[in-house]
Amino acid sequence: MQKNILEYLESTVKVCPDKLAFSTGKEGMTFREIYTHSRSIGSFLADNSFYGEPIAIIMDKHPRTLTAFWGVNYAGCFYACIDEKMPEARMSVIIEKLSPRAVICDAKNKKTADALGALRVYLYDDICDYEVNERALADIRARQSSTDAIYVAFTSGSTGTPKGVVAAHRSVIDYTETLCEALEFDSDTVFGNQTPLYFDAPLKEIMPTLKLGATTYFIPKMLFSFPIKLVEYLDEHRINTICWVVSALVQISSLGALENHTPKYLTKVAFGSELFPRKQYDLWRTALPEADFYNLYGPTEATGMSCYWKADRELSEDEPIPIGRPFDNTDIILIDEDKRAEQGEICIRGTCLTMGYYNDKDKTDAAFVQNPLNTAYPELIYKTGDIGRINERGELVFLCRKDSQIKHMGHRIELGEIESAALKCEGVRSACCVYDSEGKRIVLYAVGESTPEAIAAALREYLPRYMLPASIEKLDVLPFTANGKIDRKGLKERAEKALS
Amino acid sequence: MEKLIAILSSLHPDVDFESNDSLIDDGILDSLDIVTLVTEINATFDVIIPAEEVVPENFNSAEALMELITRLDEE
Repeated sequence: MQKNILEYLESTVKVCPDKLAFSTGKEGMTFREIYTHSRSIGSFLADNSFYGEPIAIIMDKHPRTLTAFWGVNYAGCFYACIDEKMPEARMSVIIEKLSPRAVICDAKNKKTADALGALRVYLYDDICDYEVNERALADIRARQSSTDAIYVAFTSGSTGTPKGVVAAHRSVIDYTETLCEALEFDSDTVFGNQTPLYFDAPLKEIMPTLKLGATTYFIPKMLFSFPIKLVEYLDEHRINTICWVVSALVQISSLGALENHTPKYLTKVAFGSELFPRKQYDLWRTALPEADFYNLYGPTEATGMSCYWKADRELSEDEPIPIGRPFDNTDIILIDEDKRAEQGEICIRGTCLTMGYYNDKDKTDAAFVQNPLNTAYPELIYKTGDIGRINERGELVFLCRKDSQIKHMGHRIELGEIESAALKCEGVRSACCVYDSEGKRIVLYAVGESTPEAIAAALREYLPRYMLPASIEKLDVLPFTANGKIDRKGLKERAEKALS
Repeated sequence: MEKLIAILSSLHPDVDFESNDSLIDDGILDSLDIVTLVTEINATFDVIIPAEEVVPENFNSAEALMELITRLDEE
């Protein structure tokens, strides 16, 4: 029985050691190189007495970064990949929560890594050729269980502090197996990766590559601004499979690039993380009539994606794209008032569940709860906060959120985190943040002496770029509903009207 | 030019668009900015920027963008 994700690497390296595993297009690494260097890093960490603890990683997106991830795993530790572009204030909140004893970085991010205040900062280049300690690595493996953590992935938190989702080997193995089967990946799959490495999203490409001996290209971020150059890149590397956030696909289709520049080798297009505007979806389907399209759905807390829908029929004009059915070995229950319902909160059950939030028992207990349908023995389910229903074909359809979490440009954002950042700005007394889902804009309403310009500038200190409001408006007072709550619905309507 | 600078400044209030000529090379404009820019420029200047013109050279400075708009306007 497989208990460790590294077994994927160990069996693939025997089959195709010299095959290109991961590449930026300019620089790449073979399976053998990844295997060798990750075992070196693992040995180095083991010899320096790191075990069963978090190691932070601050590196640019590169095959080396993955090698560092797996080096950490070889030592029986778990990694937390930190977005190097995140504002310092947010980074320090995450580091405080994680308290890692060591950070691994590349030369470019050395200064940022040094500023984190961890006990040790190691340069990747200094440790990647360390002498392998076979004995130590074997001992570590023998002690490990599939419930040991692999990574902590930080996601937006409604109170202002990001939450660190802890995933163990078993859920990532479960995801890898069922995903490869459902989407029919094989060793000839060439992935063009879009999502950043500091989330769980790139597991879609990374894990199948490791398991099947496939290849993944990390597409340079800049290309997503320039559709034709992006299509040229896909063709140059014969990329046949992409799993992108919807906004990246829309970027190509909305600028009209598909008409004369259709990717030549693309046979599989998986998308997710937000609703695909029908017009743009249709443009893609028309441009690539032979390709398979998949809608993916799932929260980080249930490891990557949980559900998929293969576009095997034409949708009627106003029909939303279904999220389909769960992957094998995953169960979805719709729950309303602790009972199974036709329409209710999407709750997930199965091996796919992650371990919970790092150093945050309260938030873990609130989201990972006893299955209300089972009163006989302990069994956890994860409450997604998404409301769904089953359509007449038995497919799951996403309806809305229960709370103020939004999906914007593929990022999962708690509006509460933006509000709490706004309240930290000088001269802001109260704030309410809404999402104009038509115009795809985050709009902040603020009360206080400060100006919209000053608030905009101050927010950059606390929030990553994708969370910054597109518009900030000052109000004399926030509107309230009859029962004394902030009238979010009214403000949302106001935001949506402002542009139309 | 003023209208263009106003659009650019609304995206990044802290950047001096009059002088900066490496907006793409320095990673100041990201993909979200490009889509917003194309949409706003199309609406404001009554032009259509075709996909073929959405290339780094045309977006590296306000001046390059203005040249593009003028060129499209004349065609």
